[in-house]
Amino acid sequence: MPDTLSLPRRHLLAAAIGSVAGSAAGLSRAAAEPQPLTVAAFPLVDVVAKDVLKDWGQRHPEIRAQVVSRQYDDHHTAMTTALSTSGHLPDVIALESSYLGRFSLGTGLEDLSAPAFGAERFKDSFVPFAFETARNREGRVVAMPTDIGPGSLFYRTDLLAQAGLKEADLTRSWEDYVEAGMQLKAKTGAYLIGDVRLLKDIIVRAGTPPGEGQFFDNQQRAQITSPRFVRAFELAQKVRRHGLDARVEVWFNDWAEMLKRGRLATELSGGWMAGQLANWVAPATAGKWRVAQLPENTFCSYGGTYYAIPRRSAPERKQLAWQLIQELTLDRKRQLEAFKSQDAFPALLAAQDDAFFDQPVPFLGGQHARVLWRESARRIPVVKMHKQHKFADEVVNAELDNVLEYGKPIPQALADAQALLVHRANR
Amino acid sequence: MSLRLPSHWAPYVLVSPFLILFAVFGLFPLLFSLWLAFQSWEPTSGIEAMKFVGLDNFVFALTDGWFWKALRNTLWLATASGVPQHLVALPLAVFLHQAFGRWRGLFSGAYFLPYITSTVAIAMLFGSLFSTDYGLVNQALHALFGTENINWMRSPQAIKPAVAIVVFWRYVGFNLVLYLAALQTIPHDLYQAAKLDGANAWQQFWRITLPGLKPMILFGVTLSIIGGMQLFEEPFILTNGKGGADQAAMTVAMYLYREAFDFSDFGGASALAWIMFGLIALLTWLTNQAFAERRAVA
Repeated sequence: MPDTLSLPRRHLLAAAIGSVAGSAAGLSRAAAEPQPLTVAAFPLVDVVAKDVLKDWGQRHPEIRAQVVSRQYDDHHTAMTTALSTSGHLPDVIALESSYLGRFSLGTGLEDLSAPAFGAERFKDSFVPFAFETARNREGRVVAMPTDIGPGSLFYRTDLLAQAGLKEADLTRSWEDYVEAGMQLKAKTGAYLIGDVRLLKDIIVRAGTPPGEGQFFDNQQRAQITSPRFVRAFELAQKVRRHGLDARVEVWFNDWAEMLKRGRLATELSGGWMAGQLANWVAPATAGKWRVAQLPENTFCSYGGTYYAIPRRSAPERKQLAWQLIQELTLDRKRQLEAFKSQDAFPALLAAQDDAFFDQPVPFLGGQHARVLWRESARRIPVVKMHKQHKFADEVVNAELDNVLEYGKPIPQALADAQALLVHRANR
Repeated sequence: MSLRLPSHWAPYVLVSPFLILFAVFGLFPLLFSLWLAFQSWEPTSGIEAMKFVGLDNFVFALTDGWFWKALRNTLWLATASGVPQHLVALPLAVFLHQAFGRWRGLFSGAYFLPYITSTVAIAMLFGSLFSTDYGLVNQALHALFGTENINWMRSPQAIKPAVAIVVFWRYVGFNLVLYLAALQTIPHDLYQAAKLDGANAWQQFWRITLPGLKPMILFGVTLSIIGGMQLFEEPFILTNGKGGADQAAMTVAMYLYREAFDFSDFGGASALAWIMFGLIALLTWLTNQAFAERRAVA
C-alpha cells in the first residue's frame, strides 16, 4: 500500500489511533454474529462434555457449540471472576461439588426450579443426596448433578492377611479401624493411612445430623466444639501417637510412591480411586486391593460434578443451554459411557441398573465393587453447604496440626477454631 | 481529508499510550480496590450485589486471628530470608570485587541466575529436594549428621525455614549485583591514602568500604523490606497455594489473595491490602529515618 507508506509520521499516529477504533468496530461486528454455545469445564469433565457435544452437533448442525477447559482451580477462579463481572460468561458451567456451596449461595446461578426450566420434575431421577445438594437456602435448585464419588474404604488384602486381620476388623467402628491399624503397623510395618486429616473429616461427617452442615447447623452457628469434632480429634491424635499415619498428602509424589511400595494399608476415598490406582498411581498393585463400606456404615461422597447456567448469560441461548444440560445429565447411555471411560459414577438412577454394575472389577481382584458403591450412593445423606465451608475446613485442619504437632489440648484447639468461625460466620 | 493534529495536542498524544495503559492497569485497579475495601460483596452474584459497609472490613481484618498469624509469618520470613541476604551478599561482593577483578562478572552472573529463573521451576525443584523420604536435602542431612528425615512441607516448624532458604537463595544474587555496582563507585585513591596511613584491610573495610556502601545498603534493605512484606510466589507455589501445615508459611499477601479467591470476600481482601500498604509505607519510612540519623552522626 504505497499510500500508507507515504503518509507523514503524524498521520501515521492518527491512523494508528483510527485503527484501534476500527478494531473496536470489528469487535461489535463479531458480536452480531451468533456466538457458539459454550460449556466451561475442567479436566476429565471436559472429555465427557466434548463427547456429548460431538454427538449433539450432528443432530443440531445449525448450532455451534464448544467446550472451554481450564485446570481445576483456574476454572473455578475464572468462573468466580466471570460471574462477578458478568463478562465472558459461558452458557453452561461445570462445578465441582466442593465449590457448589459457595456458588449456590449468591444469586449468580440461574434458578433451574423456575417454570421455564422445571428441574423439580427430575428430582426422582437422581440419587437423592446429589439432587438435594444443589438446592440453595431459598429452596431453589441451581445445578444438575452428573457424577458422584460414593465413599468407600480401600484396603490391601495381602497386608491384612499378613497382620491376621479380616475386613470386619476394620469396619466395625472407627475405634476398631484405628486398633486394627496398630496391629497392621506392628505386623507389617505398613501405615494405616496416608493423611490423618481424611480420617478426621470422615468421622466428623459420620456424626453430622442429616440436613445440617459439616461445620455449621441450620441456624448458621458453628459446631466445632460438638462431640463429633472431639471424637475425630481424639482418634486422629491416637493415630499420630502410634505413628499410624504416613504424613503424606493425597496426589503428592510421596503418597503415590508409598502406594506403589505397599506402605499404605488403607485409603479412604471415592470409588473413582480404583481407576486412578489402576491407571497411573499403582498399577502394579492390581489384585491386592479390595473395597468395603466405610466403618460404622458411614456414607458420604468424595467429590462430584454439577452443571449450572449463569443468571446473566445470554438469555437467547438459555433454553438451548438447558437442553444441553439435560443431555449431559439425564441420558442413560452417556452416563454409562462416562462411567466406563472416566470412572464418573453416574448420579442418574436409571444408569445404575446396567449389567456393567454386576461385572467384577479386575483391579480389585474381581470384586463386585460397583454394586457396593451403588448401595453407598443411595444411602448418602444430604449435607448442607455453608458459605464459609472452605474456610472452616482449613481452620479445623490448622487446629488439628496444632494438636498433632505441638500437643495443643484438644478442647483449646476446638475452642480457638470455633472463635475464628464465629468471627466470620456472617460475612 | 487531513488528519493533522493541532500542534499543542502533540505532547499529550505522545504521552497518551503510557497514560492510557497506566490508567487501565494501574490506576483503575488501585482505585477499585480502595472502593472495594468499603463494600461487602459476594462476587458470584455480580457487580450489583455490592453493599457499602463503612469501616466494617477494616474492623474485621484487624480483629481476625488469621491476619495476625499471617503478619507474624510474614515478618518471620522477611527477617529470616532478608537479613542473611545482606549479611552474605555484602562480604561476598567485597571478596569478588577484590579477588576476581575482571572475572567477577562471571561469578556475579552465576549468583544472579536464580533471580531470573522462573518461580514455578524453582518451586518444583525445591519441592522435590525437600521431599521427606526421597529428597536430596534429607539424604544429605542424614549422611552428614545422621538426622531423622524431616517432613519439610508438612510440619509447621520446618516449612518456614524451607521457604526462607528458597527466598534467600533466590535474592542473594540480586543484592550481590547491587553491592558490586556500588563498590565500583568508591574512589580508589581513598584506599591508597589509607594504606599510606598504615590502615589494615579490616580498617579499610570498616572506615571506607562500609560508609561508601551506605546509600546502596539503604536501597537494598528498603527493597528487601518491601519484597519481604509482599512475599507471595515462593510460599504460594511451595505450599500449593494453601500456606502449609497450620498455615505456617501463609504470608499476608497470600492470605489476602485467598480471602478473595478462596473465601469469596473481596471487600475483606481489599481492606487487608490497604492495611499492608500502610504498614509497608511505615516500615520504609522507619528505615529511611534509621539511616538518616546515622548519617548525621557520622
